[in-house]
Amino acid sequence: MNKEHFEKHSNEIETGLNEEELIYKENILDHYKHPHNKGKIKHNASCRELNPICGDEITAFLEIENEKIENISFEGHGCAISQAGISILTDEIKGKDVKEIKKMKSEDIYKLLGIPISVNRIKCALLSLKATQGAIKNYETRNN
Amino acid sequence: MNQNDFPILKQKVNGKRLIYLDNAATSQKPTSVINAISEYYETINSNTHRGTHTLATKATDAFEKTRELVAKFINSDTEEIVFTKGTTESLNLIAHGLKNTLKKGDEIILTSMEHHSNIVPWQTIAKETGAVIRYIPLSDKHELEFVGLNKILGPRTKIVSITHMSNVLGTINPVETLARMAHKVGALFIIDAAQSVPHQKIDVKKLNCDFLAFSAHKMMGPTGVGVLYGKKQLLEKLEPLNYGGHMIKEVTFEKSSWNDVPYKFEGGTQNISGVIAFGKAIDYINKIGINNIQKHCNEITQYALSKLKEIKQVKVLGPKERGPAVSFHIEGMHSHDVSELLDREGVAVRGGHHCAMPLMKVLNISGCSRASFYLYNTKEDVDIFIEALNKAIKVFKL
Repeated sequence: MNKEHFEKHSNEIETGLNEEELIYKENILDHYKHPHNKGKIKHNASCRELNPICGDEITAFLEIENEKIENISFEGHGCAISQAGISILTDEIKGKDVKEIKKMKSEDIYKLLGIPISVNRIKCALLSLKATQGAIKNYETRNN
Repeated sequence: MNQNDFPILKQKVNGKRLIYLDNAATSQKPTSVINAISEYYETINSNTHRGTHTLATKATDAFEKTRELVAKFINSDTEEIVFTKGTTESLNLIAHGLKNTLKKGDEIILTSMEHHSNIVPWQTIAKETGAVIRYIPLSDKHELEFVGLNKILGPRTKIVSITHMSNVLGTINPVETLARMAHKVGALFIIDAAQSVPHQKIDVKKLNCDFLAFSAHKMMGPTGVGVLYGKKQLLEKLEPLNYGGHMIKEVTFEKSSWNDVPYKFEGGTQNISGVIAFGKAIDYINKIGINNIQKHCNEITQYALSKLKEIKQVKVLGPKERGPAVSFHIEGMHSHDVSELLDREGVAVRGGHHCAMPLMKVLNISGCSRASFYLYNTKEDVDIFIEALNKAIKVFKL
């Protein structure tokens, strides 16, 4: 049994949750506790989004240049799913084409998170995409 | 206490016995209430106050019987009870009805611990009339700050509208004293009693409030039924919110005149089965005794508080002496994650801002978790809840 496999199973024993149920995977909790790209950066696009059900909040800051996401960061607070979600998404899309980001759908986010998303967590999971795409929309409205 | 009367509590959730601790959101219903709804549709379904046929008479009688039960329950006169959709509609009805009594610079006094339903209607009419809203702040003990209250209440105060029991902090506000203070400056005194009516004896004559709002569904009745109590002479002056059938005395092509109180507020076909079933909920409470319910819930609440105190990661909000709602906060773990993990153990608690976003701001948190109790909860329920909470904390490695 390799180390990773062992850890997965020890977690299961400790928490009584099996792997499918374990939405609080190591990866998610890591991003939640130590978020990447958190804090305000120099930006030319931003968007604040709220999840009124539980008070999750994300503001995405984007520096867009030549149709590319040159830099991206966020500020916010909320549950592990919403905050890990934006942390993972900012890692993923840095340097990518704006066009590509605009095409992203909910399934892409679920894939990035790599955990089962139940119906009452959809809003939490998609808040990151909403804020990011909202910032792009704000940028385009202003510049067109 | 009487868990067997509640069919929903017999089920399993995620393979575990359901431990329902979200009673401040809505309570579960005993069999007598559930059966009353189907019985109504099977035997006397017809529109109230309209026809003279047998079914219409029976339905009207049953509907009006609940009005009498409610009146007796809170010690009011029968015609002072208006049926609404719930506390929110009751408060909207009052705010809408009082709008034409307000002018620019008049003041509406609320508190920092109000539910959105006792903030938003007032903000809306304040905007329309130029009235100003002022909030009574929170003390360090999470009670109302009485120091400086004489500077908030004054000759400009026209309306004081306050929650009896905070849905987040469990704080029970001294409404009798506040009513006296409000009346002294000539203001109307309104109580949002959604959380208190299910748990303690309410006597509107003793409290001397002008209006009082509550919901059936938090006291074992069905959803979609609420009550607005108002002093009769005030209800007579209040503008209705819903215009239409049954709320009128006479309609011509040019104008209409309103029906008598309380009917002028009950435009359109009412939630007849719901109101009748609500009567069964009051019967159920009366059978056990509201004071016994209060005593039981207080015992469970104090037990939960003592158990939560033993978990070092948990910070409990609100005062020690309180109603049966216990909110808490865990640093490093959002309330949404707490409720998801507890749900896997069959424990239903509420997470989020509890429709009290301004209060969350005062407390400097984005949300919190809340366990709230009712007559069917036991100390064993609390033990299972605490065990599940410890397990959740372990998942987050706090």
